[in-house]
Amino acid sequence: MRPLGNMLGKEIRELLTPATVLPIVILAVLFGSLGGIIGDVEDEATRPPIIGIVQQDGSELASYTALALATTSEVVYNGTDIDEGVDKVAAAGGTALLVIPEGFEEDILSNRSGTIEVYWIMKGTGVLDTISSASLDGLLGVTDKMLSMYILENEDMRASVNVTTALNPTIKNETTTFKGQTLEGISPSSISATLSSQNMVVPLIVLMVVIMSGSTVIASMGLEKENKTLETLLTMPVKRSHIVIGKLGGAAVVGLLMAFIYMLGMSSYQNSLQRSAGLNLSDYGIGLETLDFVLVGLSLFLAVVAGLGLCLVIGVFARDYKTAQSLTMPIVFLAMIPMFVLMMKDFATLPGAVQAGLFAIPFTHPMMAMNNLMFGDYTLVVAGIVYEAVFATAMMVMAVVLFKKDILVTGRKKRERKKNGAS
Amino acid sequence: MKGVTFSVEQGEVFGLIGPNGAGKTTTMRMLSTLLQVSSGSASIFGKDLTTETDEVRKIISYLPEEAGAYKNLTGRRYLEFIARFFCQGEEVHKMVEYGISLSNLADRIDDKVETYSKGMTRRLLVSRALMFKPRLAILDELTSGLDVISAQHVRRTVRETTNDGTTIIVSSHNMLEVELICDRLALIADGRVVELGTPAELKDKYGADNIEEVFVKVVSA
Repeated sequence: MRPLGNMLGKEIRELLTPATVLPIVILAVLFGSLGGIIGDVEDEATRPPIIGIVQQDGSELASYTALALATTSEVVYNGTDIDEGVDKVAAAGGTALLVIPEGFEEDILSNRSGTIEVYWIMKGTGVLDTISSASLDGLLGVTDKMLSMYILENEDMRASVNVTTALNPTIKNETTTFKGQTLEGISPSSISATLSSQNMVVPLIVLMVVIMSGSTVIASMGLEKENKTLETLLTMPVKRSHIVIGKLGGAAVVGLLMAFIYMLGMSSYQNSLQRSAGLNLSDYGIGLETLDFVLVGLSLFLAVVAGLGLCLVIGVFARDYKTAQSLTMPIVFLAMIPMFVLMMKDFATLPGAVQAGLFAIPFTHPMMAMNNLMFGDYTLVVAGIVYEAVFATAMMVMAVVLFKKDILVTGRKKRERKKNGAS
Repeated sequence: MKGVTFSVEQGEVFGLIGPNGAGKTTTMRMLSTLLQVSSGSASIFGKDLTTETDEVRKIISYLPEEAGAYKNLTGRRYLEFIARFFCQGEEVHKMVEYGISLSNLADRIDDKVETYSKGMTRRLLVSRALMFKPRLAILDELTSGLDVISAQHVRRTVRETTNDGTTIIVSSHNMLEVELICDRLALIADGRVVELGTPAELKDKYGADNIEEVFVKVVSA
């Protein structure tokens, strides 16, 4: 057993290094955080939706409908003023104001479905942000069935209402309010689904460039050391800043080219998805102007530069190609964290600590830029661009400084210098 | 380093010898601007290593002991890549052709470096270090990994380079090699220069038949 134990110990020592353990720790923290967010959403999904009711029709069916909705929801407003109702529900963090308009029963008894006007208050564009609206949407379906049973059990009504109307007595007329904009005839779920399918292109580009270019930069540093070419390069008559820019520029061009090829296929796939969705947000006044595209492009460019700068700084610590590959993982996770979190939750609806954490990741900003610009929210986008510029500059400066230090040649620790440097 | 002081004349081949860990490579890395000089001073052809680093890099060439070349490039492309740091246009072509002649790699110069033997790679790297006729070439373990014939070719090339005025600082564990090509030697031990002189002077001083004996006597003392 002694040789086996010896062998086993050597393998474990070789594999169990900070470079291999750190990415797993980051992954565990990531899943822990996501678990917390999803746990909160579960609570939200099981909680009765917060609504307001405006009953403008004093009829029996209208009252029954209002009662049915009130018994399955938490009603924070029950009055006659729509604007006041929307404000009250929004202030209470509610989901929607439901209006049962005048002529509701008359329409049903005339074999026209009665309209329930739904004023959605959209909180965010993430999939999980629309949980409460999906929950209320389900309750409206249940209410429709309850009303249907009520009609069928009532002999007078059953005599005057045809089967089609009796089975589907209500229809929804939806209006969504989000970030100060009012969008008629569209629900939060539709907006969220359309935005996530249309704007997925930017997060994917960021992820692809980070994976491809980032790993190229780190691996190039590992290879320079492994192939013993770095020392020669550093004695050439070229400024350290030019070496840094050359490495970043080369990786960026290759990464963007790869991302472009990848996106050609991806955009074709997305176009087919959009055609099948059949929803064009520009019809509702939601779209990007020329300035918006410039801002998205700038944010994307700065994120790539910042990411590659970070990769180069990390790459300085790569001893060889193998450790370089391990060091790539945390960067990939850094790109994946905002992508998955923003897919689930809108930045605005996240807890403050998570917001701060996401803001600190430069890849977050281009991922949420399109959504924010579509709804005219320039503050966060501009702040993000400023932060990305500062981060990218800091990384470039740090990389140039590290390229001038002995650490690049001698290794990680100062005390190792004597051992490594002398012969 | 605890106190290394020496000067090298233009066109001279100056040898640094010493046991493992003595500080030869550290000295060479400082001279080649790879490591910062934390105390003391050093200048190369009047240019200060600490304050005129970029200028120093234009006139020196460093060949590390364990150097490598970019494996996905051909030998020719590698020489072109290096040459473009020193000149432009037609000059690049001339410099590369000179480098190829120094390397003695013939047709293999157009093969990828990854297909080269250790000896061929070393010859390519030596030619890389000398092709732009640096004013000072710093060569760590010059013939490391070379067979006898290749080592002899490289030594001859280095010696001939001094005819153009190039100054050479070379380190080696091969005492025969040191004796063959060096005009003067510095023996380093424990970060200090403990002996300095021509091979003949050192052999005379220690009553030794060759530099190897001098080395053993100095290190033992």
